[in-house]
Amino acid sequence: MAEPSLEIEQIEILSFLQRHSPFKELSLQEQTLLATNIDVSYFKADSSILEYNAPLDAFYLIRSGLVETFRRSGALYNRLSEGGIFGEQGLLRGRKVRFPARAVEDTLIYLIPADVFESVFESNENFADYVEVGDIERRKGNAPDKSPPATAMTTRVRELVSQPPVLLAADATIHEAATLMRDQSVSCLLITAPDNSTQVIGLVTDRDLRNRVLAERVDLDTRIENVTSSELVTVPAAKYVFEAMLIMLRNNVHHLPVLDEGRPVGVIGIEDIIRHESNNSLYIVSSIFRQQSVNELAQLRTSVQSCFVRMVHEDANSQMIGSAMATIGRSFKQRLLELAEQELGPPPVPYCFIALGSMARDEQMIVTDQDNALILDDSYSPKQHDAYFKALAKFVCDGLDACGYPYCTGNIMATNPKWRQPLAVWKRYFTDWVTNPTAEKLLHCNIFFDIDAVRGETRFVDSLTADILQMTPKHRLFLASMTRNALQRSPPLGFFQDFVMEEDGQHKQSLNLKRRGTAPFTDLVRVLALSKGIADRNTYRRLNAISRANILPLGRAADFQDAFELIAMTRIKHQAANLQQNLEPDNNVLPERLSEFERKRLKAAFQVLANAQKFLKFHFQA
Amino acid sequence: MLYLGPDKKTIATPDWQQRFQQLAADCPSALLQAYYQAGVVAPDTRIAQTPLMALDLETTGLNPAQHDIISIGLVPVTGNTLYTSQARHWLVKSRSGLPADSVQYHRITDDALANAPDLLELLPEFLDQIAGKILLVHCADIERRFLASALIARLGVGLEIPVIDTMALEARLHRARPQSLWQRWRKQPQTSIRLAASRSRYGLPDYLPHHAVTDALACAELFQAQLADRFDGQTPVAELWS
Repeated sequence: MAEPSLEIEQIEILSFLQRHSPFKELSLQEQTLLATNIDVSYFKADSSILEYNAPLDAFYLIRSGLVETFRRSGALYNRLSEGGIFGEQGLLRGRKVRFPARAVEDTLIYLIPADVFESVFESNENFADYVEVGDIERRKGNAPDKSPPATAMTTRVRELVSQPPVLLAADATIHEAATLMRDQSVSCLLITAPDNSTQVIGLVTDRDLRNRVLAERVDLDTRIENVTSSELVTVPAAKYVFEAMLIMLRNNVHHLPVLDEGRPVGVIGIEDIIRHESNNSLYIVSSIFRQQSVNELAQLRTSVQSCFVRMVHEDANSQMIGSAMATIGRSFKQRLLELAEQELGPPPVPYCFIALGSMARDEQMIVTDQDNALILDDSYSPKQHDAYFKALAKFVCDGLDACGYPYCTGNIMATNPKWRQPLAVWKRYFTDWVTNPTAEKLLHCNIFFDIDAVRGETRFVDSLTADILQMTPKHRLFLASMTRNALQRSPPLGFFQDFVMEEDGQHKQSLNLKRRGTAPFTDLVRVLALSKGIADRNTYRRLNAISRANILPLGRAADFQDAFELIAMTRIKHQAANLQQNLEPDNNVLPERLSEFERKRLKAAFQVLANAQKFLKFHFQA
Repeated sequence: MLYLGPDKKTIATPDWQQRFQQLAADCPSALLQAYYQAGVVAPDTRIAQTPLMALDLETTGLNPAQHDIISIGLVPVTGNTLYTSQARHWLVKSRSGLPADSVQYHRITDDALANAPDLLELLPEFLDQIAGKILLVHCADIERRFLASALIARLGVGLEIPVIDTMALEARLHRARPQSLWQRWRKQPQTSIRLAASRSRYGLPDYLPHHAVTDALACAELFQAQLADRFDGQTPVAELWS
């Protein structure tokens, strides 16, 4: 191994390393060591780079070109371009090729000798982490990488192609087509000209077989081209994922053949795009269900935070983020309940564990305390059964606290005996709140009107909700009391349309976007929804239903949605920024940190909220 | 009648093996004798089995009579692998001084050359590196003339050397036919066969030019792309050298 020389001859190689992870994060000395030891290999298109199980003496870095790696079965494992690395699996496991590789285009490879690779791998933990995460994981964006994450705006369509297309000549029969689809387990075939095996002339999907063959009683020996869509919509492999989405929407198709220089290289379906867009939160959810103890679950807390930050960077809207976070929070509860039942045994009577507030509304944020309760079967007898449910509640609430969902300061938790009751008692609570209301009585039970089943007997929640929604539209006094509470927190706008800052506490001179923004908004939308017996819990969906119910002036519901989105996103971005600066995320935004443009828009949004409150006050005579 | 110069097609590539034997016997310089004694591969050797050495010289100008070599870069090549880890780079003291305007190209300053040796001191090592190998060069004419001129000044005798010229290989493709009257009348530019332009035609990345090792590497990569495009590893070296 050559000693790194101070006068680096391989300037080109060095500067390439300095542009690509994980090399750019290395010290100059390490970069120099690599650059002076790298050899270059050239592989022409369609030639083999690595054969399975062949001895491997280098780590491969793509300087230019395109490479595909394969599983032993021959299935595509990964597709890599400039800056892509491969061969690490083999180097770390006996220096034999694990994933064979082929050059798809003419490709230049930088070869890092195995012993140089290993010396850096052993001495540099970050490098080792990056390499060990594996390329597929890296592609999902789970690596703690500061570079911009893969998004629909920056990911190319070719990245979504997971397998080569299944082709069939146009002169084959429908029966042959169906057989091929079954054998290859694909939902879609590309139909090629009979004389030219790569010129795609059409596409046949499961749906075509249903609508054009079965429903029409077409003979199965008919040539497949007779039932093939002739208008073929395709997407070039180099297009961005969002362009593929637009093409699908515009043409109302769910499958797009992907062409690379006119040759079909695969088919992407709408589900591929959905998976790509949400794979990160799905990944966390699936790992939640793999954890075996509260301790292990608590380890996932940082992944949840990075998922949140990632979604913000990917320009997800507050609905997507809120529902992803709610799904994650719900999964924590479900897994904790499973673990609790493993420890305590099966429940003595049926129960339903419920989420209240933001999680039930699918609007959960990263800073959120736990609001939950237990609805028990009416056969529940406190003496016999409460010890079990008390222990169950304690297990879950302690677990949630450990996982980053702190105890509810208002004590709205299943550990509180008041909120651990049989269904009949819950019905009495709600009847009392609705039929015999005072603003004071209702002050702290707003969130009970946002209720969602997490685990157990969903029918308890269904029955309770049906009763509530049947009562609420008829009780004007209840709606007036709820309105009065909803108007208690006003938007932070002064007489001259300036921001009014918080006066008290450590957050002076800041705007509390929850207390002054999203919370009063949610409150007023809830009152409107309850007044019409609307079953939706999510603020957006409630507004959609309210809009259809024609209680608001035309267009007002859309204004409300836009304003709510703006305030919610400002809050979300603030929390993401907190997390990135290793600060405890909070709701307090300093207006001077916002741009002039953002301040103007925020003021406009608060103005919409102020007007909405005036409307509500007038509407319910509160 | 206009004199059009010698017809390039009639200049035959020498029988290099024979020529080397002769030079090894006749050459007055012991240094060069040793180089010639190392010999040349047989003309029917497959290119994939031929040891190659990509070479680039940085000079103070384009005229070998006035200008000097100031930097030499070598990258060994065998098959499809470019051994950049064994690349060599030397700075060489200029006997004629460094014209100010050349610095902007090669970015080598007087300071950098102050402690550089004369080419004569480097020759044994340089010749040892290239002995038995076929040089790989972009625009062989310039490197050949500079090497010859520098050696005549120091040893009293030039250097004859088999070379694969990537520029000539590009010219075979793009200059095979003279431009048509139509093309000339339309003043259509000829396809550039310079290093950077040739590389970009094969999708090779842009490199910062005028560092001897980088340019040697760039030339070796271009050669790989040319082989992949229209020759292959089985091509006999005699089809490529001159």
